[in-house]
Amino acid sequence: MSALLTAEGLHLHFGKVAALDDVALEIHPGEVVAIVGESGSGKTTLLRVLAGMMAPQQGQVLYAGEDVHAMGEAARRRLMRSDWGFVHQNPRDGLRLRVSAGGNVGERLMAAGARHYGNIRAEATEWLKRVEIDPARIDDMPLQFSGGMQQRLQIARTLVTRPKLVFMDEPTGGLDVSVQARLLDLIRALVAELGLAVLIVTHDIAAARLLAHRMLVMRRGQVVEQGLTDRVLDDPQHPYTQLLVSSVLAA
Amino acid sequence: MSAIRTEGLSKDFTLHLQGGIRIPVLRDVDLAVAPGECVALAGPSGAGKSTLMRCLYGNYGAGSGHVWVSHDGREVDITNADAREVRAVRRDTLGYVSQFLRVIPRVPTQQIVAEPLMARGAGREEAMAHAAALLKRLNLPATLHGLPPATFSGGEQQRVNLARGFAPGYPVLLLDEPTASLDAANREVVVALIAEAKRAGTAIIGIFHDTEVRDRVADRLYEVAPLQDAA
Repeated sequence: MSALLTAEGLHLHFGKVAALDDVALEIHPGEVVAIVGESGSGKTTLLRVLAGMMAPQQGQVLYAGEDVHAMGEAARRRLMRSDWGFVHQNPRDGLRLRVSAGGNVGERLMAAGARHYGNIRAEATEWLKRVEIDPARIDDMPLQFSGGMQQRLQIARTLVTRPKLVFMDEPTGGLDVSVQARLLDLIRALVAELGLAVLIVTHDIAAARLLAHRMLVMRRGQVVEQGLTDRVLDDPQHPYTQLLVSSVLAA
Repeated sequence: MSAIRTEGLSKDFTLHLQGGIRIPVLRDVDLAVAPGECVALAGPSGAGKSTLMRCLYGNYGAGSGHVWVSHDGREVDITNADAREVRAVRRDTLGYVSQFLRVIPRVPTQQIVAEPLMARGAGREEAMAHAAALLKRLNLPATLHGLPPATFSGGEQQRVNLARGFAPGYPVLLLDEPTASLDAANREVVVALIAEAKRAGTAIIGIFHDTEVRDRVADRLYEVAPLQDAA
C-alpha cells in the first residue's frame, strides 16, 4: 500500500525562528496521525504547509504523486473540494455564517457536483443526524448554535463529500470536556466507517492516544520523536517527549 | 515454529528528567512459546515482568534484541517493524489484556468488545452477538452492555477488558493479571477461557499473582530475575 501524502525536507523560517526544520512524514490510507507539541512548535504551520495553504521555503509535499505546491491554485482548490477536507480549530473559519446549517453541508456537495435539491437536502439531513444535530434545525444559522454544535456542523460539512484525507487543527480545542468526549467518539466512528486518513494537530495528549494510530512529536520546528502512539507515550525516548508525557494530568 | 519468541531482548529506561539516569530492567531475555502453550512469568515484584509483557506487545521499544511474532506465515520483529505493521500484527495475531481499561468515553461496552472483531472483518451483527455472549459468560448482564464502562466497578471493567481480549481468538495472547480483581466464580470463567484458547492453539503468556490460577493454567514458568545493578 503506497502513501497517500508524502512530505520531504520541509523548511520554513520566520525570520530567525524555524517553524519547520527538515520535516518529513507520510500518511497512508485509513491512517490517523497525530502531531503534538507545545504552542509555537510548528505543528499548525506543518499542517498548513501539508494542506497547500502555505508554501515551504524548501522541500516537497506530494499527494498521490503530485507536487501540492507546484500544481497551481485551481488544481489545489479542486483537491480541497474532492479529496481533502480541513477542520479548523475555530468552526467559524470553516463554516459560512450567513448560510443555514443545511446549506453549509449542501454547499460542499454542490461544489463537488451534486445538483438535485431534494437529494442534497436529504443528504444534509442525514449528516446532521450523524453528527447529532437535530434535523429540525436544518434551516437555523450556525451562529444560533453552541460552539460544540458548530464544530460538529463543520465536521459534517467537511466529511459529506467523503474525502480521502482530512486535516484537523485542534478540533476539540476550546470546547467543554463533555463536548470533547462526544466529538472524539464521533470522529473515531466516522474515521473507522469511512476509512479516512486523518492528520490531526492537537495539544491534547489524551485525545491523541485514543484517536491516533501514529504520533509525531514536534519541538522548535523539528520532529523529535515519532512512531506508534502508545509506544511514543508509554516509552518516550526524547527528553522533550518525556517532559510532555510527564506533564499530562491524569483524570 | 514458535508463536512468539524473544532473542537477546534487553531493555533499559533513560530518565532524561532525572539527570539522564539509566535503569536497566531486562537483560538478554530468550523466551519462546509454542502454539497452545501457556507460560507464566514468575519473579518478585519489580523484576520486570510487566516491562517484558509491554515489550512483547510493542508498547515498549527494546534496547536491543528482537521480539519475533508469527504473523501471516512469517515472523515479524515487533521491536523494529514500522507502526503500520505493528497495527496489523495487533489486529490479526497479537492480543493484550492489560490491567486497566482505556477507552473513548461514551462508547457502549458491547461495542468495545465487538470492535476488534469487526476490525478483523466480522460483520457487525455477528460481532455484536459474539460480544454479548462473551460478556454474559463473564457475568456482565445484558442491562450493562449498552452502557459505557466508565462507571463500572474495577472487576466489571476487568471483565470487559477480558471479553475484548478473548473475543477475537488471537493466535498469541498476553494476559497481565487477568484475575486480579475478580471473585471466585469469574476466576473460574477465566480459567476455562484460557483452557479453551490453548486447545484452539493460542500461545499465552501471562502474569498471575494468584498462584492457584497460575498452576492450573500454566504449562511452565519463566523466571524473570531482577538485575543486580538495578537494585
